[in-house]
Amino acid sequence: MSQPRRFTETALILAWRNLHNFYTSPALIIPALLFPLFFFTAFAGGLSNVENVPGFDFPNGYTAFQFGFVLMQSAAFGGVFTGFGIARDFESGFSRRIMLATPHRTAMLAGYAISSFVRAVVVGAMLFAIALAVGMDYSGGVLDTVGLVALALGVNMLALLFASGVAFRFRTIQAGPLMQTPVFMVLFLTPVYVPQALLHGWIESVAAVNPLTFVIESGRSFIAGVPEELLLAFGFGAVAALVLAIWSLTGLRKAEQAGG
Amino acid sequence: MSESSPTTSTTSDASIRAEGLVKQFKDGPRAVDGIDLEVAPGEIYGFLGPNGAGKSTTVLMLTTLLPITDGRASVGGFDVATQGSHVRATIGAALQEAALDPNLTAVEHMRLQTALQGIAKADRKRLGDDLIERVGLSDAADRKAGTYSGGMRRRLDLALSLVHRPRILFLDEPTTGLDPQSRTALWEEVARLAREDGTTIFLTTQYLEEADQLADRVGIIDGGKIVAEGTPAALKSEIGLPAVEILPADPGDHERVIDVLRANCSYDESQQTGNGTVSGRLREGTGLTEIVRALDAAGLKVANLAVHAPTLDDVFLAKTGRKLEGAGDDEEQDEHDHDGHHH
Amino acid sequence: MNRPSTFDQTREVARRSVLATIRQPAQWAPALIFPLFLVAVNSGGLNAATKIPGFPTDSYLTFALAIPFMQAGIFSLLNAGTDLARDIEDGFLDRMALTPISRSALLTGELAGVVVQGFMFGAIFLAVGLAAGADFESGAVGVLLLLALASAITLALGCVGIFVAARIGSSEAVQGLFPLFFMFLFFSSMAMPRPLIEQDWFRAVATANPISYLIEGVRGLFISGVDGEQLALAFGICAAITVIFMFGATRALSARLGR
Repeated sequence: MSQPRRFTETALILAWRNLHNFYTSPALIIPALLFPLFFFTAFAGGLSNVENVPGFDFPNGYTAFQFGFVLMQSAAFGGVFTGFGIARDFESGFSRRIMLATPHRTAMLAGYAISSFVRAVVVGAMLFAIALAVGMDYSGGVLDTVGLVALALGVNMLALLFASGVAFRFRTIQAGPLMQTPVFMVLFLTPVYVPQALLHGWIESVAAVNPLTFVIESGRSFIAGVPEELLLAFGFGAVAALVLAIWSLTGLRKAEQAGG
Repeated sequence: MSESSPTTSTTSDASIRAEGLVKQFKDGPRAVDGIDLEVAPGEIYGFLGPNGAGKSTTVLMLTTLLPITDGRASVGGFDVATQGSHVRATIGAALQEAALDPNLTAVEHMRLQTALQGIAKADRKRLGDDLIERVGLSDAADRKAGTYSGGMRRRLDLALSLVHRPRILFLDEPTTGLDPQSRTALWEEVARLAREDGTTIFLTTQYLEEADQLADRVGIIDGGKIVAEGTPAALKSEIGLPAVEILPADPGDHERVIDVLRANCSYDESQQTGNGTVSGRLREGTGLTEIVRALDAAGLKVANLAVHAPTLDDVFLAKTGRKLEGAGDDEEQDEHDHDGHHH
Repeated sequence: MNRPSTFDQTREVARRSVLATIRQPAQWAPALIFPLFLVAVNSGGLNAATKIPGFPTDSYLTFALAIPFMQAGIFSLLNAGTDLARDIEDGFLDRMALTPISRSALLTGELAGVVVQGFMFGAIFLAVGLAAGADFESGAVGVLLLLALASAITLALGCVGIFVAARIGSSEAVQGLFPLFFMFLFFSSMAMPRPLIEQDWFRAVATANPISYLIEGVRGLFISGVDGEQLALAFGICAAITVIFMFGATRALSARLGR
């Protein structure tokens, strides 16, 4: 078999295995589906009065505003949870089997990435359907929707690259908090509940320099059908992807050095 | 891949060869401390030693999973350090703690492994089913591996390592934790692989019996060094002649029996078990007959008399000053029954 | 040998529980840092919400400071439960059970660490909140009431953790409670006063949710001063949770220890 074909095959079969595990074990799939839903209902339901605050200028209402955040949050956590899976595979010794059998160890990372993408798409689609069902006002056209999905998948990939770098280095599920906490913090240091202009105090300054702010605001602008801050959002994504890809691949190298 | 072709192989026709192999962990012990070994094609090589002796570290280096600190090693004619992917294509490995995914069935594991090994699509299903049958798991083929017993897990692990028909097979403690029946079944399969398929097998174990029964040659490792190597028979004969054990009919005769043994055997105070039986090792030229005659001459009655050929444990004891058996074998059975102690 | 008094027994188990808590910063540090982080983020992020007509204070920080008290309670539930479950799993409980200790002394002792933690965290949250500019309207008596309520909340939730541990005996099951209790917290009056919750279904859930009243008890001391009715409700709910789950835990432990 040719080398590129072998790489693709390896990545695909590993992605199949990860997804198979995900969709056949309730302990994995139920939290993955319920958590975003839970955040969405708690934020959009409990805080809907916030849209009456003077200066709240998002045209499509609070449900759509929160959907913009929760979609990105679920995409990010999909990547982090895939990182958990990598750590578990190292802990159980399963990764050794993979490393012995495959000539392309980067195909391993590709396999995890594919499964992380598929998960993000499934969870995002479910969230989308529910948001529309409860009456979200969505003004995005086809192109806006493509942009929104691209942003979410980008966030998913960044989180996966970050978490996999941690997983490759520690190779134990006990490193879970190290994957989760930074992602959680970066997510919540953005305009989560109100538009950036209504932020107050230190969070105002932090959110202003947090690159993820552009991503979230840009996602919301797609929902409103008037895309904004695209260059900043996608530009940041590209730079971060490069940096985190290096972080992840050097981690993979470290894992090889340590014998899986 | 910047790896050279198989023509740059080592000069000897050994399947596995290591010279001065060293593994030094950062801030850690020198787990492997200068190992030299050679395994011929088709040979079963038993790597025997207690827990922590460096067996697994050696296997991880030979299978390219762990970088070598110092020394050289080649497997199947390929250099372990520079021709990793060729080595991996040549070998199969079933490492400690059968690394199975508890959520996948045997069939699904086969599907994954055959794809990873690049087996042609058309052959995958048949090959997988054949191997599952060969290790006797057909009945459980569609059950998740998480429900398997220890023996079944090891058998599936072995089958998975055979997917690409490796010429050389590494088995790291394949029977640790198995019941005697599963152990025997696995031994038979391993022996068959060497006999019928000519597979070279490198097997680590902490069980003397396993090395004795299965291995053509044994290397004894302790503290990261090989302390003895040879066929089990040769190693045992190095120790010397069989030992004789005598239980006097009258416990009061204990000291006099020792005197008889002192006169006719090599008697070692430190080797006594202290349960009334007296033992000594036969000397060259002295047989059992001489001992019996001497006992008769002294008028000593014997309740039991037995002769034991040397075991690999004796070899280990002689080389390291410690006994091997039970060294890492302290699994405890926790049988708390909470309903058991009512007041 | 004399049979040791129940007080002595409880004190010894309690000492172990307190020491074990102090010596495992990995257990309590997140319970301290995580809630403070969230309150810091939310007080800035949601300060605009104070502009909603009828909002009881003009400082969202003051409003949100009650949340860490609840989060610390949830962490104490997990820690107390995990500690007991681990004692069951690794046989430590069996060893204790072979001594003449009474099971109520055992459980009370196991909870001591949690109560101490609740008290300390209450003081820290109050100090950090005041330093960051929050209002506190109920004076010196209010401080005592606040610390008492913080201890009562951690005790009550700790009993829930102990009950699950004694009943199921697995630390994983206890950890599994985390999302459940977060759900209770999120669907309460945590982020918005109940009258200002717009969605009817959400307001109904928050009104039926006992956690709302615990939060409102703490929050009242910050925002409006000592309110007898509100505090009685909060302490009453804590007492009810404590009694019910302590009783359940004692029974479950009896079944487990066979005495």
